[in-house]
Amino acid sequence: MGQPTKMTASKQKFVGRSVARLEDRPLLLGQGRFAADISFPGQWHMRVVRSPVAHGKLLGIDASAALALPGVHAVWTYKDVAHIPPIPFRLTGLVELEPYRQFILANDTVRYVGEPVAVIFATDQYIAEDAAEMVELNIETLPPILDASGDTGPFDAERATEPSIIRKSFGDVDSAFKAAHDVVSLELSVGRHSGVPMETRGAIARYDEARDILEMHGAAKVPWWNRDHIAQMIGRTRTNMHLLEGHVGGGFGIRGEIYPEDVLVCAAALVFKKPIKWIEDRREHLISANHSRQQQHRIRAAIDADGHILAIDDEFFHDNGAYMRTHAATVPDLAAAMLPGPYRVPAYRAVGHIRLTNKTPCGTYRAPGRYESTFIRERLMDAIAAKVGVDGVEIRRRNLIAKAEMPYDLHLDTLGTHIVYDSGDYALLLDKTLALAGWPELQASLKKRRAAGELLGAGVAMFVEKSGLGPSDTVRVDIMSDGKVEVVTGVASIGQGVETAMAQIAADALGVDYASINVVHGQTDRIDTGAGAFASRVTVMCGEATRLASVKLRDKALKLAAELMQTDAASLDIVNGEIVRTGRIGSSMTLAELAQAWPGELTATDTFLSSHMVYPYGVHVCAVKVDADTGAVAIERYAIGYDVGKAVNPRLVESQIAGGFAQGLGGALLEEFVYDENGEPLSVTFADYLMPTSREVPPVSILVTEDAPSPLNPMGLKGAGEGGTNPVGAAIASAIDDALQQPGAITDLPISPQRLKALCQKN
Amino acid sequence: MKPAPFVRHVPRTLDEALGLLSQLAGQEGRILAGGQSLVPIMAFRLAKPAHLIDINEVAGLDRLESDGKALSIGARVRHGAFHKLAVDNPLGALLTFVARHIAHYPIRMRGTFCGSLAHADPASEWCLTAATLDATMVAKSSRGTREIAARDFFEGIMSTALAEDELLAEVRLPLLAPDAKFGFNEFSRRAGDFAMASSLVTYRIVGGKMTDTRVGVGGAEAAPRRITEAEATLNGQTPNDAAFREAARVASDALDPLEDHQTNAEYRRDLVRAVVRRALENSLP
Repeated sequence: MGQPTKMTASKQKFVGRSVARLEDRPLLLGQGRFAADISFPGQWHMRVVRSPVAHGKLLGIDASAALALPGVHAVWTYKDVAHIPPIPFRLTGLVELEPYRQFILANDTVRYVGEPVAVIFATDQYIAEDAAEMVELNIETLPPILDASGDTGPFDAERATEPSIIRKSFGDVDSAFKAAHDVVSLELSVGRHSGVPMETRGAIARYDEARDILEMHGAAKVPWWNRDHIAQMIGRTRTNMHLLEGHVGGGFGIRGEIYPEDVLVCAAALVFKKPIKWIEDRREHLISANHSRQQQHRIRAAIDADGHILAIDDEFFHDNGAYMRTHAATVPDLAAAMLPGPYRVPAYRAVGHIRLTNKTPCGTYRAPGRYESTFIRERLMDAIAAKVGVDGVEIRRRNLIAKAEMPYDLHLDTLGTHIVYDSGDYALLLDKTLALAGWPELQASLKKRRAAGELLGAGVAMFVEKSGLGPSDTVRVDIMSDGKVEVVTGVASIGQGVETAMAQIAADALGVDYASINVVHGQTDRIDTGAGAFASRVTVMCGEATRLASVKLRDKALKLAAELMQTDAASLDIVNGEIVRTGRIGSSMTLAELAQAWPGELTATDTFLSSHMVYPYGVHVCAVKVDADTGAVAIERYAIGYDVGKAVNPRLVESQIAGGFAQGLGGALLEEFVYDENGEPLSVTFADYLMPTSREVPPVSILVTEDAPSPLNPMGLKGAGEGGTNPVGAAIASAIDDALQQPGAITDLPISPQRLKALCQKN
Repeated sequence: MKPAPFVRHVPRTLDEALGLLSQLAGQEGRILAGGQSLVPIMAFRLAKPAHLIDINEVAGLDRLESDGKALSIGARVRHGAFHKLAVDNPLGALLTFVARHIAHYPIRMRGTFCGSLAHADPASEWCLTAATLDATMVAKSSRGTREIAARDFFEGIMSTALAEDELLAEVRLPLLAPDAKFGFNEFSRRAGDFAMASSLVTYRIVGGKMTDTRVGVGGAEAAPRRITEAEATLNGQTPNDAAFREAARVASDALDPLEDHQTNAEYRRDLVRAVVRRALENSLP
């Protein structure tokens, strides 16, 4: 027991402060542990032999030359893994999509360039690549299907090009259109692009015969679900298999799903009893990791004379590539469900055609479905404004859902939840963001400079995001014998600052310094269940579970301390890691002393359940200058307002928004997976797939507001992961239209300078 | 992304290097200097040289000096060497200005001037510079030395007049007149990318009129070259906006533009018109 304390520092609070990240030290010192950093003695390297053609009959594979190469241990083809079922669906797994799942190696048909057809196991990566070149593939080329919006028909012998249609609707759409004062119709498209993390994928599997444990390193995002399902695929159980996450160089939705390579390393480690290491190279990444976003929409709105929306009717074509991967129908489902956005839409109908093409299969990418449908909806709002003859800000104001209408039932479902906007003051955030952008001064200055011949314009885009997907998260909090606190979670860190945010929440609930807390994530051997990191869910779900478990542990600690300190728990408090008496007079004890007095007792576990998502919302304002000679776009001003209910760490929220913005910008102006007429991918290096660099990303003004805390969790939290990305294409398109003084000129993303130059010619 | 097997040879003298090249050129032997183009191509296995003759240890090839008429640039001189003035002549400032547009800093610290010319990417800033200024290429082999004029050197996309046993040992760039003016501009979708069009111009002003005008265009055709039609429109003119626009139009019309999936012929001509005019505008003090 400590000395009597006369004065203790006042209780520090961490939630709501931009405290420094706890994650950074190893990263800044070059001590990170990324997938490629993990090696085991005696490991074999795996190299994937991939289809060089977009569509063909795989008639035979001759690996004899590869097998004869010194250092090559084995070559697998489909027959070696024929007993392993296809990769299952994790989300929105419609039954009719099941025949379209991907097997880990192609059997008798190849359906995209990059599809795994064989794997080499060799002593090192060099030999593995030498051997991969020696594998002879006998493929009878078939014509590829590359357009997702044409007539439906057979995709190949057993499959159709349109495996399913997403339908969502409410209200009487047809009557609304009949009664409408006017109708606005648009055809729009979003290009194929995706999250491209700087760290490519990697998986290292090791079987420990002594303990009968199979472990896979290089996990990310959803290790528990992947553990359960990889185990099932290869005939193990969730108890004798573990997935372990190290540092992750970017996730963005695409990384950490089950891919063929993850299953292959695990199956091979079991068969060969050797550690198996696979590290993806950049070309492989660009043709084999999930693509996303490619959709074409035909949308129309029924409006009254003032531009109020009476109904929206959207039909779209979702190009999912050659297979349905783990996300199944998630992206088109979200596109359809989130399209109405922040506006009052009395009647709505969306018909989304899920189409197959001979391209890399697709999955979710940061703001999945919403980047697409926000572009569509906001283009529609600009078109309505032009039709009615008011500006883009005014038309949005007229249609926004009012604060008084919250909670607002959208009458639509997605991800197994009913969509009810939990809280929001959309008009207030519009005002604040326009003020942040200096909208009136901006308009005045644009007008003046336009008169001097410059092509300048400004635009606004608004959106509602979703976050905090349940159904549950469980957290265990322990006070260790040295007084340090460990928070064991079932989430993953993909760089977003999980450790810091969870430590801040636990610190406040417990009364300790956030820097004394170790947050464990992504380790299936440390906690039995975990939902992982996706859908902007971590801070909301795991944050509340952390708070619940920490409060429980504090109560327990005070009760146990009360016995030792011969008082009642109500007269004790924990301040800066020390148990003190209320009023701060008399003896105190440290958490270490308490933990040593009650070995194994200072632990608490709690679970947060949630059946509804929570809905942050935002406004982006953009001003651009178009170079009439080259079609280049320079972003002169960019302002983002985003309401997250409650920011646990405002700087982390701002960082999420800034990074997300760069990705939204890439999809708007630069990034596109292009294919030639044979289905050959043309964007296979960073010279062809144009990621924005620091030179292309302008400074962004970011305003994080807390005007609409969520009523669905006690801290009022909403997720922050996707609001930087969601409306960037929409905002830039709107600004470019304005610069060209051609309403509706931008119909497709990405906006290439060649296309823009052609539009400038019209001026 | 691991290269196919190869043998690396590290000669210490030029004779040794040329001997190795003559012996190995027929067995898929290639020169390795800065490696900023060759090594990525090898990583993709698009090139699989069986032998690399690494000239980074060869004495004397790092020469960068002027004899008062021309600047000699040896085969080991890196792009970064031009970050500071290589010669007290407008040519020095020109090279410094152009060098800043080559790729990114780490690449400039490894890649070489001569390597860029031998690689002959149509978008290369140095190929444009050599073509515009009528550089002389000094090709050496164990058979001897020959000089090749820039206009005879660039034969097409990544194709030059070098024989397979010849090393581009040195390039000579003629010094500019002390009163020479120059301008450069290029367009790419991102900073540091291969230019989709580029232009370098030099001229003098005598009695208020442009003279000795050179207009080079790169990235737009199979090889960079001087556009003499555009030069002719400028000689004898006072430097002014109308003259620049006319020269840009003439240059763009004179081209046989390259096309690719992001650039059709019309857009390539648009870009050439923009970069030529901007290079001329940049040349004004």
